[in-house]
Amino acid sequence: MVKRVSVVDVDLCVGCQSCMFACNRRFAEAGLARTAIFVQSTGGFEHGFAVKVCRACREPPCVKVCPTGALTKREGGGVRLDYRKCISCGNCVEGCTIGAIFWDKVLDKPTVCTYCGYCVSYCPYGVIKLEEVEGA
Amino acid sequence: MTEASALSRVLYVDLTNRRYWTEERRELFKECLGGTGVAIRLLMEECKAGTDPLAPENPIIFCVGYLNAVFPLASKTVAMFKSPLTKNLGESHAGGRCGVAIRMAGLGGIVIRGKSESPVYLVVSEDGVRFKDASALWGMSSSSTVGRIIREREAGAGVRAIMRIGRAGENLVSYAGVITETFRHFGRLGLGAVFGSKRLKAIVISGRSSLTLRDPRGYRAVYEELYMNFTKTSLMKKYHELGTPMNVIPLNVANSLPSRNLQRATFEGADALSGEALSEKFLGRRAACSHCPVSCIHIAALRVPYETEPYFYKTKMISYDYEPIYALSSMLDIRSPEGFLQLMDRVEELGLDAMSTGVALAWATECMERGVIGTEETEGLVLKWGDYRTYIEAVERIAGVKGDFYEALGKGVDYVSSIYGGDGFALAYGGNEMPGYHCGLATHLGFLVGARHSHLDNAGYAIDQKLNAEGRKVEPSEVAKMVFEEECWRQVLSSLVVCFFARGVYTPEVVSKCFSVMGINLAPADLKEIGGRILREKYEFKFREGFSFDKLKVPKRVTEIPTPQGLLTEERLREGIKHFEDLLKKDTKGT
Repeated sequence: MVKRVSVVDVDLCVGCQSCMFACNRRFAEAGLARTAIFVQSTGGFEHGFAVKVCRACREPPCVKVCPTGALTKREGGGVRLDYRKCISCGNCVEGCTIGAIFWDKVLDKPTVCTYCGYCVSYCPYGVIKLEEVEGA
Repeated sequence: MTEASALSRVLYVDLTNRRYWTEERRELFKECLGGTGVAIRLLMEECKAGTDPLAPENPIIFCVGYLNAVFPLASKTVAMFKSPLTKNLGESHAGGRCGVAIRMAGLGGIVIRGKSESPVYLVVSEDGVRFKDASALWGMSSSSTVGRIIREREAGAGVRAIMRIGRAGENLVSYAGVITETFRHFGRLGLGAVFGSKRLKAIVISGRSSLTLRDPRGYRAVYEELYMNFTKTSLMKKYHELGTPMNVIPLNVANSLPSRNLQRATFEGADALSGEALSEKFLGRRAACSHCPVSCIHIAALRVPYETEPYFYKTKMISYDYEPIYALSSMLDIRSPEGFLQLMDRVEELGLDAMSTGVALAWATECMERGVIGTEETEGLVLKWGDYRTYIEAVERIAGVKGDFYEALGKGVDYVSSIYGGDGFALAYGGNEMPGYHCGLATHLGFLVGARHSHLDNAGYAIDQKLNAEGRKVEPSEVAKMVFEEECWRQVLSSLVVCFFARGVYTPEVVSKCFSVMGINLAPADLKEIGGRILREKYEFKFREGFSFDKLKVPKRVTEIPTPQGLLTEERLREGIKHFEDLLKKDTKGT
């Protein structure tokens, strides 16, 4: 079963960023350096929020721009990152059309969603859910 | 990688010479926790006795604590400075994104010294500080526009705070505030004017670091328990659903909601301005501070027609809370929610403190009613209860310091009434305008003795509400003890820096567990002791700057209008003050 984190209704998002902190806690760390999901306002709190997270593309643009094959397609959609092959060029960050690859300054490597869904259990308003990728 | 227990770095910014540096102050944070505890130490270090609050020598201090960015609802930042409003301790707390942003920029505190030669805004990040020209932003009519421009120019979207002042701060109005994330404030006590005096228009601060925990597994367990308490129990229901305006109806029913400058303690517009009614008709969006699932920020969508242009409308997004409803609606007897929201919106754009502004306008309106002042003083404005359009013009004049009367009104009701009269109904405590509670003895005792004269210092108002609900009557000595003990504990919460709305969850035992997963051993009793010490240090500053329990002034009006406990007498209030003073001194001696 191939899963992904999907944004159900972004208008429910209050910008609390609990998902971002949850993602970082996967490494049992506090803070935000390693989060693979990102919430920001769309021009001030009055205009609501955008949630950026990997949507598990079938033809991921990030894979196309990775020069070392560190990023590979996951069967059914999405990507996997092999840290050993990654040379920290940052092409993937630029290459992701929706801006869902982030940079971990501590590791000096990209941060990509692993589709674990840990963040979903910390969204108080059901903005995001872990779902099966259709047709995968 | 930084350990969560290694909170230590203080950023110093010298605006005069445009220099900055950091210092490691680990011992300071270990001893004082952060937030209020560290800020009062830094204020003592930086602010000499008798400093003019608007002089370059008055520092601005921001502090966060061990729990920021580590645990939920630790979303606040503490600001300290000498207040231009009270000429004494200035302490102000704000949420939004700043608490997390400061910690994630690798900082525990920020000290801003000196005065810039020309308008400036600061960009603070993990990479250091940049001084940016703010000349083009100075004098703009709306603080929201300033926020938008900086948002577009600077990096860090999503992990930054943009603190800024409005015209009121530039013009040194004594109760000008600092706005962060459009709808949150370092309100009360005039931090905005201190920014203005330094020609500091804004501070952008961003960061995205990570912190390790000594006991990673324990961390996740403690976090999980806290998170469940905040989201799955009824503890936060009040703040979560209707937000703080849920207080309007209960306080009104209990004869505790000051109206018309406390000529009465009930408000005829309470139903229309209740949390329920505002939600039903206006609530357009909910928002949250960083790392807080509660989302108490309630934002109204108000559609306003242009009076001179048919088929033209604007839709304004205006945040509302209990205290602004008290001050800008109930106190001014504005019964139209649309009128209140428009006045609120202008107060936000100008960067005034909503509470002091409302109380000042209420005092001025009563003065007009009684003939203490006339249109000669107000330069043509006829201030009348409920007339929000005239009030909007009046706030323009306060923020613009247009004429002698408005200049004086911008220095608070204590000051303006000392010139024009009407001091019997000038509702201020220690120079700070009264909050929106007329619940009984603990409430007003709290306002009188509180370290910064805020209802949030010591929760006297909450103690009264509890006592009133239980039908209990207690003596001033016992009231003083309750106020004192709560005030001591709140120093710990505001040093962590946890939102006071989370006080039901962050008990001494829970806070002790939070420290334990960081590898810091602090028993509940140790924490309480630290709270008492921090409180004492704040009073040391206050005494140094001329505060005295004997000199405290009880506004006469407060003793003329019955509370749910009947009429308060000055005698009982003085008795309470005496007991509070004894408790504080006893604590000082450690006996």
